[in-house]
Amino acid sequence: MKWPAIGYVRADSLDDLWRIQAEHGAAAQVLAGGQTLLATLAFRLSDPKLLVDITRIAALRGVELQGGVLRIGALTRHAELARDGLVAAHAPLLAEAAPLIAHPAIRNRGTIGGSLAYADPAAELPACVVALGATIVTASAAGGRRIPAAAFFTGLLETALEPGEIIAAVEVPVATQATRSAIREVARRSGDYAMAGLAASLEMDGARVGAARLVFFGVGAGPVLAARAGAALQGRVLDGAAVAAAQASLAQDLDPPADMHGPPEMKRHLARVLVQRVLAGFQPETEAAA
Amino acid sequence: MNEIPTPGSIGLSREDLPNSYIGRSVPRPNVPKLVQGRATYTDDVVLPRMLHAAFLRSPHAHARIVSMDAKAALRVPGVVRVFTGADLAKVCDPWVAVLAHLKGMKSAPQYPLPLDRATWQGEPLVAVVADSRAAAEDGVAALEAEFEPLPAQLDMETALAPGAVVIHPELGDNLVFQRTALQGDVDAAFAAAHKVVEATFVTARHTGVTLEPRSIIADYNRADDTLTVHHSTQAPHMMQGVFAQQLRMEEGRVRVICKDVGGSFGIKVHVYPDEVAVAAMSRILGRPVKFVADRFESFASDIHARDHRIKGRIAVDADGRILGFDIDDLTGIGPYSVYPRTSAVEGNQVVNLCGGPYDFAAYRCTTTVVLQNKVPTCQYRAVGHPIATAVTEGLVDMAAQAIGMDPVDLRRRNLVRDDAYPFTSPAGMKFEGLSHHASLDRLLEMVPVARIRADQEAQRRRGVYRGLGIAAFIELTNPSPFMYGIGGARISAQDGATVRMDPDGSVVVASGVTEQGQGTEAILAQIVAHGVGVPVGKVRVVTGDTQNTPYGGGTWACRGAGIGGEAALQSAIALKEQILSVAGTMLQAAPASLDIVMGEVVDRATGTPRISLGEIGRIVYFRGDTLPKDIAREFVQTRHFITKDYPFAFTNGIQACWVEVDTATGMVRVLEHWCVEDCGRVINPLLVDEQVRGGIVQGLGGALYEHCVYDDQGNLLTTTMADYLVPMSAEMPDIHVGHVETPTKESLLGAKGAGEAGTAGAPGALMNAINDALRPLGAVVTEMPFTPARILRALGTI
Repeated sequence: MKWPAIGYVRADSLDDLWRIQAEHGAAAQVLAGGQTLLATLAFRLSDPKLLVDITRIAALRGVELQGGVLRIGALTRHAELARDGLVAAHAPLLAEAAPLIAHPAIRNRGTIGGSLAYADPAAELPACVVALGATIVTASAAGGRRIPAAAFFTGLLETALEPGEIIAAVEVPVATQATRSAIREVARRSGDYAMAGLAASLEMDGARVGAARLVFFGVGAGPVLAARAGAALQGRVLDGAAVAAAQASLAQDLDPPADMHGPPEMKRHLARVLVQRVLAGFQPETEAAA
Repeated sequence: MNEIPTPGSIGLSREDLPNSYIGRSVPRPNVPKLVQGRATYTDDVVLPRMLHAAFLRSPHAHARIVSMDAKAALRVPGVVRVFTGADLAKVCDPWVAVLAHLKGMKSAPQYPLPLDRATWQGEPLVAVVADSRAAAEDGVAALEAEFEPLPAQLDMETALAPGAVVIHPELGDNLVFQRTALQGDVDAAFAAAHKVVEATFVTARHTGVTLEPRSIIADYNRADDTLTVHHSTQAPHMMQGVFAQQLRMEEGRVRVICKDVGGSFGIKVHVYPDEVAVAAMSRILGRPVKFVADRFESFASDIHARDHRIKGRIAVDADGRILGFDIDDLTGIGPYSVYPRTSAVEGNQVVNLCGGPYDFAAYRCTTTVVLQNKVPTCQYRAVGHPIATAVTEGLVDMAAQAIGMDPVDLRRRNLVRDDAYPFTSPAGMKFEGLSHHASLDRLLEMVPVARIRADQEAQRRRGVYRGLGIAAFIELTNPSPFMYGIGGARISAQDGATVRMDPDGSVVVASGVTEQGQGTEAILAQIVAHGVGVPVGKVRVVTGDTQNTPYGGGTWACRGAGIGGEAALQSAIALKEQILSVAGTMLQAAPASLDIVMGEVVDRATGTPRISLGEIGRIVYFRGDTLPKDIAREFVQTRHFITKDYPFAFTNGIQACWVEVDTATGMVRVLEHWCVEDCGRVINPLLVDEQVRGGIVQGLGGALYEHCVYDDQGNLLTTTMADYLVPMSAEMPDIHVGHVETPTKESLLGAKGAGEAGTAGAPGALMNAINDALRPLGAVVTEMPFTPARILRALGTI
């Protein structure tokens, strides 16, 4: 479990990074928080020749409010998400998600950009950014792109990133008075990858649901937007019948694989339970108790 | 303690009596070293000219090694040499792990590296030795190996069936060992029973997960023909013998040094082929070779344990008397029995321990031990106990439910009476003195049963399912030669201690038992301080060096305190007598009129200080000319101890577990846990409590989370800490520990073992708690670990 011999270079700016990439091509591997990459190196599952440390690039850091969106730099650590005042005020779903990610040592180093770029199907943040309708802002020597989160995740551990392209920031539409969001997961132990999880963001129209984005994790090849379940909630008061309708729609939305923790039907069942529990949290107390 | 006064015996609190350390929560003297990172683990030892080993491990559960090309590996910078099985067989003999007293047991010869065939995924096949571990791993990656995969025998249920893959054809079949214990007329008892309840239990294959992985440095010195081994082990003297025998050396030319050990749990008391390979490679190279298993290697090559399927029946009469147990145990142990303790002992323990706490007439229990192409299994903390306890206590709860009796009442009716000892169990175990009823009474003082039952009722009305489970258990500790020695294994049941006083009045004890983080050295210091009469800070402890400690068995089967502690106490008392004899001469007083208190010789009657040990030391060592010529002046005393009257010192206890089951998700939350245990004399209450708590956590971990999962090709899927789930503090409950003390009369100290009680009882208590919670829903789980999927299945949800 020792790393193979690897080169290391620190990029101090994006231009620096483009120059290093031009010089080393595909042999260069970007290193941010390193919480996945370094383990795969120890297991010798990947064999880059050069690690390019991007953690000192100022353009990738910081959280700021820009008009109606919250721009979160790709190097923002999970622990920073958990304690940042702007995140808490304008993207509370991310603040709620952060403590669910692994353990403090990992949250102190892992970054939002790294989590999104790795695209683990059981990770919390990919599901959150899809639920929030966020935009992934990328950068590369050829220029940047703006990719809707829902289009960013393309398959198991696969994203829309091109070779040489990195995530620069995530732009999240700010929450309004009418926004309701929550994340819940079922994990064997606190900090484990979820057997099933749900990140939900609803826009309320008075007592009725205007739009609902229910995004599951740990039940597919990536974050899974349950479009039919969301549609089933649209225009409805969040009562028991609405919850049941959303649960019933999941059968078409989800096609989970088996994993070490259980068969597909267990994940389907847990998804239904999560819908009930998340939506119950949005209901007035009298409804929730019923 | 029969002669030595204890605080209790003379009416003082434990803290009042100077240097009465036995029974006091003395802080562990080695803790600052451990928490400051100043311990010396094997990996911290760096020797001149040292090389590092890494192993190519089998990617297949069963395969023929067709060819092995090391040319590219040898070209890797830093790589010194590559060793195959054939290379090592020239200097190292294979071993066969059988014990003569386990009738009919068989196993195949095992080499440090196999000659032509891999029999489990993860088996070490080829070793690369290099200047650094990283270079050695580069060398392993460059090895070109060709395998012919063979059909693998994985399922223990089919191991003896026609058409099974016979893993070692020369053995004829895959049966390693089978034994049936029979007492009374079982068939008649079951035929006449008011109720018979039966169930099938599965205990999951899991492993010990020591914080410090297995580690070894072997250093063969050609100049003086000695092999010095730095080893993370529980049994240095046993390993000394093993290395000598396998490498064809004289035992006296092998020295095993074992400094700090970061956890063992039984994992580090076995002979591992990769470790013997390291010794053989050093023998060939004449250079020190280090091997430290990484976590991946630990999961794929540390022994696994507890892979059992148990079918059990219990018969009860209408009044709740247990009439009999009828049990069939099946276990798969991997492709080899593990040397030298053998892999038949766990199944044998199930036979010895089922029904253990109860007084009943008819007993039948069979264990069948078979081979399979998975990691070898062997003894892990509380060998066989958690299995036997879960089966016994699961059946007892089911019987109570079947006849509508409170499970506590049924236990009270059947537990062996506290005045019935000595008592021989239906399985043939001899108990000197246990305290099942006193322990149950103590447990019921601690557990607020009425409040819990009221809460359970109220919560059920809200759709919240909580349950209370209890499990009584017995634990085998302080084994005599009847455990291994009579079977031919060179495993010492005797242990010794040498206690000496140096000129400044400080005391050194060298002991054959070892420290792995549990506090052995702390209790040895306490016992010796108590026995000699010095402050505990004046005692230094030496363990883990075959050249500098009396020969002994090491620490396993909870023998450190009971065996090693008694040897230390006896040698401390002998040293005290010797000191008082010299002091009597110096002071012209009768030795019997003197005592030693806190490093001072005092007048026994008045407590008046007469002379310090430092002054006695000065005179004896530097002015011996002033003493009478014929005075005996040896301030060194050695005593050995071995149990003689009973084959084992059995302990007992009882646990209770209070859980909440989320019936929608299948998740179990342990709310609170209690344990009352009786390990005889408690030497250090703090350490005993922590042993019990740690053991409970390990037991709960095995019942809830831990599982070595294989796919249908024999690939181990749980090879990281993200996949193999150990219990973490966030999920663990408050654990309350109580004691009943029934000292053994075999020793002055009266201590029995305490380290495995928690692990023995926790899985059974947890299982009964879950089933108590699920009872209104008609669901029962008996297959560990109790995962959400299994609970949802039991509920019919999925």
